[in-house]
Amino acid sequence: MSEKKEFWRWKEYRWHDEAMDWKQADIISAGVDIGSVSSQAAILLDGKLYAFSNQRTGFDSPQSAHQAINWAMEGTGLSLDNVHFAVGTGYGRVNVPFADKAITEIACHPRGGNFMYGPSVRTILDMGGQDCKAIRCDQRGKVEAFLMNDKCAAGTGRGMEVFADLLSISIEEVGQLSLSVKEEPEPVSSTCVVFAKSEASALLREGWPKNRVLAAYCSAMAHRVVTLLERIEVEKDFAITGGIAKNAGVVKRLERELGLEALQSKYDSQIAGALGGALFAQALETKRRRG
Amino acid sequence: MQIMIANYGYKDGSGDFFIAIDTDKCDGCGDCVPACPNGVFIVGEDPNDPLRDEPVAMVGEEHRKKLKYTCAPCKPDHDRPLLPCIQACKPSAISHSW
Amino acid sequence: MITAGIDIGAKTVKVVLAENGRILAKSLVPAGIDTAAATRQALDEALAAAGLTREKIEGFKATGTGRKDCPFADEEITEVGAAAKGMVHLLDSCRRVIDVGAEEGRTVRCDANGKVIDFAFNEKCAAGAGAFAEGMARALQVPLEELGPLSLTSEQAVQMNAQCAVFAESEVVTLIHAKTPRQDIARAVLDAVASRIISMVRKVGFEKDIALIGGMARNPGFVEGMRRGLETDVHVPQDPEYVGALGAALAAAE
Repeated sequence: MSEKKEFWRWKEYRWHDEAMDWKQADIISAGVDIGSVSSQAAILLDGKLYAFSNQRTGFDSPQSAHQAINWAMEGTGLSLDNVHFAVGTGYGRVNVPFADKAITEIACHPRGGNFMYGPSVRTILDMGGQDCKAIRCDQRGKVEAFLMNDKCAAGTGRGMEVFADLLSISIEEVGQLSLSVKEEPEPVSSTCVVFAKSEASALLREGWPKNRVLAAYCSAMAHRVVTLLERIEVEKDFAITGGIAKNAGVVKRLERELGLEALQSKYDSQIAGALGGALFAQALETKRRRG
Repeated sequence: MQIMIANYGYKDGSGDFFIAIDTDKCDGCGDCVPACPNGVFIVGEDPNDPLRDEPVAMVGEEHRKKLKYTCAPCKPDHDRPLLPCIQACKPSAISHSW
Repeated sequence: MITAGIDIGAKTVKVVLAENGRILAKSLVPAGIDTAAATRQALDEALAAAGLTREKIEGFKATGTGRKDCPFADEEITEVGAAAKGMVHLLDSCRRVIDVGAEEGRTVRCDANGKVIDFAFNEKCAAGAGAFAEGMARALQVPLEELGPLSLTSEQAVQMNAQCAVFAESEVVTLIHAKTPRQDIARAVLDAVASRIISMVRKVGFEKDIALIGGMARNPGFVEGMRRGLETDVHVPQDPEYVGALGAALAAAE
């Protein structure tokens, strides 16, 4: 498609806590989330977050899995041999060669969300690269209701990328730009990304500035997502994980329509899946050792 | 503790097409499987609840993203009969959003 | 009585001039940005082809998604009405008309008089209409009009998992990288659209004769996919995109 243009590309990065020493850890667990668009790896030492990485998924799940975990471990001296239990999650979870178990994102996200946002979180919205999940959970992060939409690009990162590409605006700036409008325009009438794109092209030809077109699209996306959330009945506290949490244009409009503020976390919103996987890994390793 | 409501399906430009399974009510009996003329349901280990012991009914991968089309023959616009899957489910665990 | 039927679609405007059930002239113009201008142009071209002036036209009827914006038709007919009327006129044994355009697909059940009994739509989702094929032709880097012929050379059915035009484009790129033959991908794409259309046809039931009209009927790969999926022959009229406009012109004469 538009592989040559870079407007859809967001920053890939890794991090680890220099103050922690993995050699002192009792249980080293890992979670790897292989999504259709991005992959993350999270490493925990006795349940505390030690390292993580976030990058675009390659053509091949096993290779992406290795890349994700190796990058997370970079500079730490850790290798896969030191990891006691690894969980694979995400679209490519059954293709993580070193995973001891594959667990769905539906189970992993609220577990990770509970860690990132605290035990008060009850409703999690995850908008990934090619899917949109709404999950209601209890105070331990156990799932009580869920839905996942991975059939339709509307309300997913890919849908947003199509617009970033159309308007030649980097995906990281899309949110803020959409909020720079003085007056909120009518949302685009088509939910379908293909038709919304035609609608947006027509609006641009009519002279609409880019920020207004973005506002119209973010508004439509937010509304669409709210209807999905309503299906599982929203209960506070509410949190957003996945790449879309970084899109202030959608987040603010969502909050407005829901009448709820999304909880903030010091952790990167995209690691909820991998983090949940690593937490499951830790619990499963603990269980295994008890015999 | 079990998941309570699993919603399978999707929302696209043409509407909302979800089959909801109340996994508290579902006992994994499997009556829905042969009842559906298009093989929408499967019964097995719950992939979203690693701690559940008994099997659970789910919408299979083959039809999950095509439910509007797969279920269309059972949903004519006029004189719609009671859906065979819902009829077959004794604990009333299955519901359709459209 | 000479009448004009105007079909304002998402991509093209079609005009048919008819007299006593006979087509005098037809024209097709891209809808472009200014649909009203395109409509006027289409009418002028049809008039020129027939050697007529506007005053000779005694009735105008508009159909299509843009029919409310037709500058000179004071009457409208729905797309399903126009499709049924036009197709039964061309083939009196026709009882089902499947009309697949760029943005929408319709299935109409009609009687021997071309009257609509029932219908079902594929709308608002690009995967269910011609837009899906357009997107995939782009991903395959073949012109849209070559997609059908290319698909006919396929000797192997290939599975497509994506049910969305946006996701399918990525899937096509992945398939190309995996060295899947382009003709097999083309066939999978057209079979996918055909299968979605057929699912909606099931809502109104099958009954011979079945006709296929609209822009996609010009795609031989799609037609073949429809025949395979319906397990019966489908009739494709000579000018499938004009059937709606023809139906509107015939309705204007009533």
